[in-house]
Amino acid sequence: MGLTLQFVPYVEIETLSSLGRIRKLLNVVKEEKIVLLEGRLTKDEEAELIKTTMEEINSDFKGIELAVIYPEGQNNDLFKKVKQQFINMLLGDRQGLTILGPASVVKEIKKDPNKIQLFTTDPKSKRKSRSKEPCPTNA
Amino acid sequence: MMINFVKNFIRNAFKDLFSKRKDLKIGIYGPPNGGKTTLANRICMDWLGEEMGSVSNIEHETREIQIKEKITVKKGNNELAFSLVDTPGIATKIDYEDFMKKGMTEVEAKQRAKEATRGVIDSIKWLDNMNIVIVVLDSTKDPYSQVNITIIGNLAARDIPVLLVANKIDLKKSKINSIKAAFPQYDIVGISAKKGTNVEEFYEKLFVIAG
Repeated sequence: MGLTLQFVPYVEIETLSSLGRIRKLLNVVKEEKIVLLEGRLTKDEEAELIKTTMEEINSDFKGIELAVIYPEGQNNDLFKKVKQQFINMLLGDRQGLTILGPASVVKEIKKDPNKIQLFTTDPKSKRKSRSKEPCPTNA
Repeated sequence: MMINFVKNFIRNAFKDLFSKRKDLKIGIYGPPNGGKTTLANRICMDWLGEEMGSVSNIEHETREIQIKEKITVKKGNNELAFSLVDTPGIATKIDYEDFMKKGMTEVEAKQRAKEATRGVIDSIKWLDNMNIVIVVLDSTKDPYSQVNITIIGNLAARDIPVLLVANKIDLKKSKINSIKAAFPQYDIVGISAKKGTNVEEFYEKLFVIAG
């Protein structure tokens, strides 16, 4: 069976409530797809996503694997940080990339500052399916 | 709206003023099997002479919030009195089949998974009740997991002081430097909660965090 990656642009979630965002992402994940979300959720929303995931775990849905690539650590310039926060306030947090997949499909996501590796579950062998370099900082 | 803001501000100010002095709650948070309960047991044994909860190699041994009240840590002339809250490990996935691989029956495994999911929810709900949080990370594991980042990010967003503990430094695979590299903004203390290694430094840092 093939692996489906679904890109969700930030414009698709920016007008939604926190609950709406979480529902939208979880609905895609429950279709056994891997979500590539432009930008990221807030910290509160991330915690709420984990809570909601736990509430919905059953014999078929085992939970999620989640990783966020965000270029904040690479930017030490105070002016650029303030500028970025201002842009985030106006336009939402579009920087970075959130990867979200069902635990039944994604075995593990390994992340370090320079790369992200996504391992899928395969009954015969664990294979590395994707390796992605982080988004460049444009701020 | 303005009146509500002022009311909330006054309520929170008083809550902080009194709650921190009279009922300081220190939570122990982290991913499963990082050694949270082992550290809680170490603290309770050191200052109460009794343990807090059971530990196991199987994940999600702690599935309910556990509280020990009236712990007083002494350091020279200083005393720190608090309630210690040991929380279930936070995870993004729980598969009952993993428990079966560790020797549980299907019924036991499903029950444990059900209780574990409730435990994660409770841990997150309790975040707002904490005055200080000790985040316990397994120093033999990859520190960049999103659970670690989400826990620490949520504490920072709530302005809750954090003491970051790199546990299991007695093990050969321990890499405390990778935790330091992952969370450079935090002062990290490496300990072995099981063996008691460096626990004195841990208490010193706890005093510093508690102010």
